[in-house]
Amino acid sequence: MVAPSLKLQDLIEEIRGAKTQAQEREVIQKECAHIRASFREGDPLHRHRQLAKLLYVHMLGYPAHFGQMECLKLIASPRFTDKRVGYLGAMLLLDERQDAHLLITNSIKNDLSQGIQPVQGLALCTLSTMGSAEMCQDLATEVEKLLLQPSPYVRKKAILTAVHIIRKVPELSNIFLPSCAQLLHERHHGVLLGTITLITELCERSPAALRHFRKVVPQLVQKLRTLVTTGYSTEHSISGVSDPFLQVQILRLLRILGRNHEESSEAMNDLLAQVATNTDTSRNAGSAVLFETVLTIMDIPSAAGLRVLAINILGRFLLHSDKNIRYVALMSLLRLVQSDHNAVQRHRPTVVDCLQETDASLSRRALELSLALVNSSNVRAMTRELQAFLESCPPDLRADCASGILLAAERFAPTKRWHMDTILHVLTTAGTYVRDDAVANLTQLIAGAQELHAYSVRRLYSALAEDISQQPLVQVAAWCIGEYGDLLLEGNCEDIEPLQVEEEEVLALLERVLQSHMSLPATRGYALTALMKLSTRLRGDNNRIRQVVSIYGSCLDVELQQRAVEYNALFRKYDHMRAAILEKMPLVERGGPQVDEEAKESKAAAKLSEAAPVPAEPQASKLLDLLDLLDGPSEDAQHPPPLDPSPGGALVQLLDLPYAPPPPAPIPSLKVFEREGVQLNLSFIRPPGTPALLLITVTVTNSSGGDVTHFICQAAVPKSFQLQLQAPTGDTVPAQGGLPITQLFRILNPNKTPLRLKLRLTYNHFGQPVQEIFEVNNLPVETWQ
Amino acid sequence: MIKFFLMVNKQGQTRLSKYYEHVDINKRTLLETEVIKSCLSRSNEQCSFIEYKDFKLIYRQYAALFIVVGVNDTENEMAIYEFIHNFVEVLDEYFSRVSELDVSFSTTVLHSTRHRVKPEAEPIDELPKTCSAGEPQEACCLTDDSFRGSVSTPIC
Repeated sequence: MVAPSLKLQDLIEEIRGAKTQAQEREVIQKECAHIRASFREGDPLHRHRQLAKLLYVHMLGYPAHFGQMECLKLIASPRFTDKRVGYLGAMLLLDERQDAHLLITNSIKNDLSQGIQPVQGLALCTLSTMGSAEMCQDLATEVEKLLLQPSPYVRKKAILTAVHIIRKVPELSNIFLPSCAQLLHERHHGVLLGTITLITELCERSPAALRHFRKVVPQLVQKLRTLVTTGYSTEHSISGVSDPFLQVQILRLLRILGRNHEESSEAMNDLLAQVATNTDTSRNAGSAVLFETVLTIMDIPSAAGLRVLAINILGRFLLHSDKNIRYVALMSLLRLVQSDHNAVQRHRPTVVDCLQETDASLSRRALELSLALVNSSNVRAMTRELQAFLESCPPDLRADCASGILLAAERFAPTKRWHMDTILHVLTTAGTYVRDDAVANLTQLIAGAQELHAYSVRRLYSALAEDISQQPLVQVAAWCIGEYGDLLLEGNCEDIEPLQVEEEEVLALLERVLQSHMSLPATRGYALTALMKLSTRLRGDNNRIRQVVSIYGSCLDVELQQRAVEYNALFRKYDHMRAAILEKMPLVERGGPQVDEEAKESKAAAKLSEAAPVPAEPQASKLLDLLDLLDGPSEDAQHPPPLDPSPGGALVQLLDLPYAPPPPAPIPSLKVFEREGVQLNLSFIRPPGTPALLLITVTVTNSSGGDVTHFICQAAVPKSFQLQLQAPTGDTVPAQGGLPITQLFRILNPNKTPLRLKLRLTYNHFGQPVQEIFEVNNLPVETWQ
Repeated sequence: MIKFFLMVNKQGQTRLSKYYEHVDINKRTLLETEVIKSCLSRSNEQCSFIEYKDFKLIYRQYAALFIVVGVNDTENEMAIYEFIHNFVEVLDEYFSRVSELDVSFSTTVLHSTRHRVKPEAEPIDELPKTCSAGEPQEACCLTDDSFRGSVSTPIC
């Protein structure tokens, strides 16, 4: 005879009494053994108690799968206490992935049709929590019958179950459409809330339902008006606002109904203004309603005055003392910055103040918003603020801040010199966090600004002399000193105080960089090449340089060794060509972020002499070549690999947005691929502002009976193009015309050469992996001309 | 969409957990400890919304208990904040001045209450609850289970 089992309370007491993790595990394992034994014996009286204990243990994180069949038995039992625990267990332990879950369908069906109200409630609850698609299909009609039951308790739950069913099986929404209209006349707030949620769900899933429900906009407006103007009511008032949850939900539904629809929006305008002005925002409930109102105003095509009102409300929120409200305001302003840029600009000073917040979430939002607000008129002031922020901000925000400042500087720099100063400042403060192409961009910039050569080489030299640890800075400085070393030694430059630099100092500095353990191999390469270039620029003799170069001839790093050996050869056998080879570099066109500047050097050298050993610097491309598909028209096998969106994805895309709203250009779209119902379409857009840019939207549709999963599309273009793939909207296309995947390609074609595009698709269809590689023919001429 | 609803105390012991999307059981404990760590590291002046991986955490502290709700970004954060408080008030009415002990010992009741307080559809009053219009925050106090009875810490 087994000892009487513990009650749940006692078990909890015991577990709480355990002093260590190991003790707790012991207690639980002992108890689980008891529970398992009891289940095996099949004791009906205490089953519910055992399962309750098992559920508690499950919540603490221990495996509890052996209780699943017991749930079924308990649900089938006629006693209410059993059913209650059984359903609870079903909700926690059974889900779609377990095979056993379908077995409760029958019990639920019985309980729904014949049970008393609490039992019906339990069954509905369970169905709405863990109902799988098959269960929903079987039980949908039962649920629909319960929608019109007299008792509000059951109706409430039935509505929520209907919401879940529609989420799982959208095709069943037609069953619930007719009842909605009747349910809207409810007075019971609980049922009303459920109905609004149901309608919201229906409208989100199907445009037909959306059109159908636009008719009820006046009714909703009326309801909301009564709520707002109603005085205090004991049942529903929370800190002075009557049923804020219902208000928020109605506002959300109005937002969905009013989107892109003039008529409905007009009906709502007065009401929204009324809610916005009358709601008391001293407590959180009121602020929540006001926030939802603002979101709604911004989403529907509302009157201009209303929009201004909304932005002013957000501005007021920004000055609020409560952090939550400020956070919410910053987030919404971020969403609005593209559409109502000028209105948001008015609040710029407040936003900049928020940068000083100690709270991490707030300062991140403030940073994103500040970066989005930079435009040509305020760029100097904003950059100063952002630079101040960069110095004090936490490390995880530094990368975003640095890239943001650099991008803003690039777009809006009033003068080249200011641009250079800004980049220099960013490099010295947060050098390790900048993106890889910053170096290339800066060298490009300096090379292009003839008048700034002297200035820039001097600034960089002083910066380098102070600190050789920031790698990007060191790289740029080394390059610059190499190119313009003669200007450095000349001694006078109007813009900064005259700096007397000796040749020996310069060489010593570069040697320090070479030897420092902090320097990356790439940096060492830069320094070595710079030393070589100085051999022609400086007037002294080159013994020191020759010495250094010959030492590195036996360096362990292959790259450095190769360079040193070749430079050595330049000194010895080909001295007469040295000056010509090491001339100043011509300005290269903007090759794009991934072209290494060493490649430019090799091109220049190749032009000058074929006999001399061309320092064939291997392309130190930092991005892996994903596809080596296109053997382009030229022999050089290297071509720009597709660039994945950078890790600071959200930030970069945000800054991209004001610059790429593509106005529709009438280029015919192209169907490029079709196989067993899976179709790939390309549509093209040439934004008028940037003649070299082509945007391709790839759309994948699936009209077959099987789902397409793990869909990946890769592309390759000839060498002279640059391709950028943005992240696709997903990797699954459901069967029978499910939601298609779209992906955006950006192609830059500065030379206007004919476009060739090769695509590679991999996906799973009907359970089989499929791989397709093909070239896109018949590209319309307008895409590249 | 609410992803999960947790009540965790300061030592990291879970008093109530409900996941609205499937999460593996061993990942759950990990998630709970990480969440409570991020909540504990915040001070009183910081805002109650944390961005964690790809969703947001909205938390409120009641004495030694944290109630954390994880949502994705379609939700109105302040409405959820209000919702958390509403839930606590419902518990308060039911247990008449609820404490962490009540929460620990009545898991079945808590689950039933929470089931009636569904995601998106916000609280639907199951238990007859009259929300006092006056100062609901002060009316509900959770006592820390280490000081029996006296200390009532008003909520953040």
